[in-house]
Amino acid sequence: MRRFILIAVPYLWLAALFLIPFVIVLKISLSDVALARPPYMPQLDFAAGWDGFKSFFAALDFENFWFLTTDDLYWKAYLSSLRIALTSTVMTLLVGYPIAYAMARAAPEWRPTLLMLVILPFWTSFLIRVYAWMGILSNEGLLNQFLLWLGVINEPLTILNTNTAVYIGIVYTYLPFMILPIYSALERLDDSLLEAAEDLGCSRLSAFWLVTIPLSKNGIIAGCFLVFIPVIGEFVIPSLLGGSGTLMIGKVLWEEFFSNRDWPVASAVAVILLLILVIPIILFQRNEQKQREAEG
Amino acid sequence: MKRFSWFNATSLTLGFAFLYVPMIILVIYSFNASKLVTVWAGFSTQWYGELIRNEEFLNAAWVTIKVAVMSSTIATVLGTMAAYVLVRAGRFSGRTLFSGMIYAPLVMPEVITGLSLLLLFIGIGLDRGVLTIVLAHTTFSMCYVSVVVSSRLVSFDKSLEEAALDLGCSPFEAFRLVTLPIIAPAVISGWLLAFTLSLDDLVIASFTTGPSATTLPIKIFSAVRLGVSPEINALSTIMIAIVTVGVITASLITKQAAVRQARDERMAERPA
Repeated sequence: MRRFILIAVPYLWLAALFLIPFVIVLKISLSDVALARPPYMPQLDFAAGWDGFKSFFAALDFENFWFLTTDDLYWKAYLSSLRIALTSTVMTLLVGYPIAYAMARAAPEWRPTLLMLVILPFWTSFLIRVYAWMGILSNEGLLNQFLLWLGVINEPLTILNTNTAVYIGIVYTYLPFMILPIYSALERLDDSLLEAAEDLGCSRLSAFWLVTIPLSKNGIIAGCFLVFIPVIGEFVIPSLLGGSGTLMIGKVLWEEFFSNRDWPVASAVAVILLLILVIPIILFQRNEQKQREAEG
Repeated sequence: MKRFSWFNATSLTLGFAFLYVPMIILVIYSFNASKLVTVWAGFSTQWYGELIRNEEFLNAAWVTIKVAVMSSTIATVLGTMAAYVLVRAGRFSGRTLFSGMIYAPLVMPEVITGLSLLLLFIGIGLDRGVLTIVLAHTTFSMCYVSVVVSSRLVSFDKSLEEAALDLGCSPFEAFRLVTLPIIAPAVISGWLLAFTLSLDDLVIASFTTGPSATTLPIKIFSAVRLGVSPEINALSTIMIAIVTVGVITASLITKQAAVRQARDERMAERPA
């Protein structure tokens, strides 16, 4: 009995507040707008029994999904989200790897401090960290002032409200997610392997390519997924740092919902976003599992 | 140390400069006398004064703290239960679905979680406000708590619990007297994580709130959309200061606890 309660309480909570909401989203994405506010047609009529059930399902259709294909905006937004997520993941990897590598090579007594310095921004508000860049990247911002002072440029660059600003924002806020898994993979790396490679005639660079990179592969994969997956649905960064030209699906969904108040279309956008994410999520889980098995 | 070359030193310096310079600039400019955030006009604390007099921000801060304390506390209880179920309860029907529901919210885009919860709350006719945000925050943060706690549960010796049961403890006593003290650090860090996630959340709170409850991130977001403002810099500085003090304190405490534990273990190993 006690075991039953222990299982039932979190189970029911998640079913009620995680699973059922999804079923509702799915249902509304297949519904028609009835005067742009709930209840949406069709409604499930329990009193009518099985017939009510049948007529309920007969009235559902894929109209909202058809609508998504007719308007360029949506598939452009999906593609551009994927492109931005992919590019920024690679950029984060290029910035994060050397930092993780240097941390793993630092003296052992320094490592906890360095680790804390990487984790600290993670505890600081995401919103504030994105906001910090608004003052730096604007036309009169510090970056432009600095570059003008150096004489590199003659007039201020427009960075804020462009995709460049979005990339900078993503790399900045997601950097800890990339550094931590790579660091934990590199920290376990046995130095004697590198020495052996060099003794056997590898140059330091080829030892790095042939030994270090393959042995940190799992960390790299985990870091890339930890950046890629959340960035696809990102809302805060494109809406604060991006401009009107920045198309990301999280922003489109938000606007569809809060500005256009078109809930069925917003739900359809959400369902497709989820379908896109299923593949990377499964790959990520598989990688994690493989890693756990390798360790255990 | 041998391989710690100038290259490593450079990447550490540049990397940490990249991570910290934007926040340091933010803090410096919160003490700027000018309303223009990009022009330095001398030291002043006037924006902190304005912030303290700004009722809207104070109300939002109060709502945010209330929500965070409630949601992280419920999430810690539920998340610890869920972790215990995942690690200790063995097989039961629907276990795959259960672990799926624990891990899925971790990777779910916030816009989808927010949208789906809002549609639920409207569907059952629940008035949106503090209660709905608490429910929403509890749901996603309990998953983080259960991941943190279950990794601790996996690593500790099950025979300790079994010994307690053999010696006549009830299952609940065994949990309270043996398991809980051992997993306590994970439970506390789970609570802190849930608390921070709740403090931080803009997207899910925006979807699930009503006109009666505005949280600090929602307030900050709507102010920041119009551009940079020194008051927000002052507010950010206060939040950064709190987090920094909190994280440093927490790491000192865990370090001490680790030292104490190592000492206890040495004592226990010494032959009587």
